[in-house]
Formats: sequence, structure tokens, C-alpha cells
Amino acid sequence: MTDELIRAIALADTPARMVAAVQNLAATKDVAAIPTLIAVFGYNNPTAAAVAALALTELGELAVPQLLEQIDDYNYGARAYSIRTLAAIADPRALDALINAATTDFAPSVRRAAAKGLGNLHWQKLGFPESQTAPLRALEALLHISQDSEWSIRYAAVVGLQALAKIPDLQHPIRARLEYMLASDTEKAVRARVLLAQSQ
Amino acid sequence: MIEPSAEEYAAENAPPLTPEQAIANLQSLDLGLRYYAAWWLGKFQVSQPAAVDALIAALEDEADITELGGYPLRRNAARALGKLGDRRAIPGLIKCLECSDFYVREAAAQSLEMLRATTAAPALMQLLDGGVAVAVQVPGRPHLIQPYEAVLEALGAIGATEAIHLIEPFLEHSVPRVQCAAARAMYQLTQDPAYGERLVKILDDNDLKLRRVALGDLGAIGYMAAADAIANAKAENSFKLIALKGLLEYQLPEEFDAFCIADDAIRVMNLMDSLL
Repeated sequence: MTDELIRAIALADTPARMVAAVQNLAATKDVAAIPTLIAVFGYNNPTAAAVAALALTELGELAVPQLLEQIDDYNYGARAYSIRTLAAIADPRALDALINAATTDFAPSVRRAAAKGLGNLHWQKLGFPESQTAPLRALEALLHISQDSEWSIRYAAVVGLQALAKIPDLQHPIRARLEYMLASDTEKAVRARVLLAQSQ
Repeated sequence: MIEPSAEEYAAENAPPLTPEQAIANLQSLDLGLRYYAAWWLGKFQVSQPAAVDALIAALEDEADITELGGYPLRRNAARALGKLGDRRAIPGLIKCLECSDFYVREAAAQSLEMLRATTAAPALMQLLDGGVAVAVQVPGRPHLIQPYEAVLEALGAIGATEAIHLIEPFLEHSVPRVQCAAARAMYQLTQDPAYGERLVKILDDNDLKLRRVALGDLGAIGYMAAADAIANAKAENSFKLIALKGLLEYQLPEEFDAFCIADDAIRVMNLMDSLL
């Protein structure tokens, strides 16, 4: 049954048929659909990609290994969907991929999705000592990109830092950086987002 | 109405510059170096007086002329001056609105908008002479006879209410982007939501490029009622974020603190967060 629905995606010859085919496959919630759903990210069909991303997010941890393996290094649109989905699932095995995307990707959409995701991973799923060291690595990456020249990257870094501040040990450096950004950032929008983070 | 910008070939292939070198290069015998230096000074926002003076002088350059009678150095100088924020450039830019080169006039109008040059209103209004009837394509060229988009946007941005009667007919111009510019200006000059809603409607258009234009316009006018429509528009998140940033900035007073962040501002930021 799933095989048939996967074939229907290959046969879809209009954007609307593609969306319908992806919806049908997504409804199965079958792990066998995972590689095909990830491949949909590369079809340049935003509606279909959104359906696939939601389905993969609902599959959760089961989809993480293949999401990590199938990150498309040559298509930044597809890569942004992969990173956004990994961020939404929040499995901490995605840490390295998110750090890599946030700090080295050339595409702002990918970097912003990764920055937001770095604040929200489920650290408690890691064993000791990773559960302690992993958030520190996320913090380091976010502090680094909070100095980026592009305002939307700094904005996303603030969103990530705000979420990461739920960890008591990290509150001090995060507060210090937010104070610094509030005093020095040239963009009103970024300063406003800092104030919102500080008020949470 | 896009011509290749220096940005496309610059960065890697060109020699690294210092502000001093770039200013000196504006007088170089090599016209290519002059052209690049003018772009570079704008790109890196070198606003020191010597740079501004040199760029103002370059607005009258006669050395760099294309076969079609274009003035590449003047274009780049006009563009750079808009980015440098020095109001001494205004008279020279106003003069450029009469230049024979369409792209110089377009760059000057855009930079006068950026400099919020209220004194430019009469010269900008002159470019609307003849109204929609004469606002047609130049045969064989990819642009209309005047840079209407830039002119309409500038008149709106500088608050030229005396131009309303000249701008309004352009809402019915045959080029959708010109209609957008007119709606944007009319909203800025009247604050009538009907003009904001015209732009919101364009977010449903079939043409992605036009949807992007409307996003930019809604951000520029800070039309708050469009917030959700912007977040849901079929366009890349980067364009939506820039539009919402524009809305957010309109909600923030010059000086603000956590207590004076309005609910509307928080609503916009929540939408922005969802687009990361």
C-alpha cells in the first residue's frame, strides 16, 4: 500500500497532484515513507514540502537518522526544510548538523532555522556527560552567530538564546550577551526581540 | 528595469580597497576602477566627507559614457550617495533627475527617497508630467520613459502631499509594479487603508516577483493590518521577514524599553519567530 502511494508521487505530473500524493503518503504515518517524504523537500513545491515536513515531524525520532543522512548539500531550499524539521523534532542527535548549518551554511534561511532549533533540543535525552556538554556547544554557536552582519541571523540567534536560557547554568552568559546586544545592535527590530527575550 | 549591478562581479575578482584608495580611484585614468570605487564606497558605507565630495563630483562625470549614451559612473555615484546619508548630496541628486540617462534618473530618485529629501518634491513631480498617458515603454528598451516606480515611492516617502493628484492616476497604470508604487505612496500620503488593502490583494497574485514587490511595499509603509497576510503569503521566508521587520519598526518608538513594547509589536515578533 505504501509502495503504491510512493509510486503515485513519482507519477504526479502537476503541482496539485503532487500535493495530493504527498498528503496521501503522509497519512499512512508509515516509516517506510520517510525517504520519499524527505525527497519531496527537493521538488521545489512549497506546499508539498510543508506537508512532508509536518508528517516527518509527527514521525519524530524515527525520522531523525534518515533526515541527518539525507541533508541535501546542493539544494539550499531542500536543506532549509530538513533543518527546520530536525529543529521541530528537537532530537539532540541533530546537534552537530544544526551547529554546522547555523555557523557555516551560506543560505540565511538554513542558518535561521538552525539557530532557532539550537535553543530547543531535548537535552535530557542525552546520557551523562553529553547532556551537560551539548547545550554548551549550542550556546557557543549561538553566541558566535549573534555577531553576524545580517540582522535576521542575529534575530534568530536571540530566539535560540532565549530558549536555551531555560537551562539555569547558561543563564549568566546569555543575559550578558543579550545586555550587550541591547546596548550595541544597530537594528531596532533586533533590540526589540532582545527586550522580548529578557521579559520572558 | 534591472541592469547588472557591480555586485555581481565585484568582491572576489577585484583588488581589496581602503577608503582612501577608493576615493583616489574615483579620479583614476582607468574608468573601470572609478566605476568600482563608487560602488565600493556605497557598499561599505564610507561616509567621510572626502568620499561624499568625490561622489558628488562624479555625478557630473563626462568621461565614462556607453554607446547608448549612458553614464555608468554617475549611476553608481548616485546609488552610493543614497547609502551614505549625507544631505549635502541632495542638490546634485536633484540635478540628476534631468539627466538624459534613465538609470541615472532612477538611481537619483531612489537615493533622494533614502535621504528623505523633501526639497526634491518639485523635481520629482516634473517627472510625472503628462501623467499615465505618456508613461509608456521606450521602444527597444526594458524600461518606461521615466523611472515611475522610484519617483512615486520617493514622493510617498518624503510626504509630498501636494503630489497626490499626480500620483493617484498611476494606480491604474498598465504595469502592476507601477500600480504597487502608487498604492504605496498613496497610503503614505493619506493613511487610507484602502491603499494598503490593494497591496494585500497583490499577495495573492500568480506572479511571485510581484508578490515580493508587494511584500516590500507593505513593509515599507508599515501596514499593520497586513501582518497575517504577509506571514501566510506564498513567498520565501526571507521576503516575509523583511516585510514584518518593516511593520515591527513602525510599532517601535525612537526610544523604547520592555514596558513600552506594544502588543502589536509582540504579535509581529511572534509571526517572525514562526518564519525562522
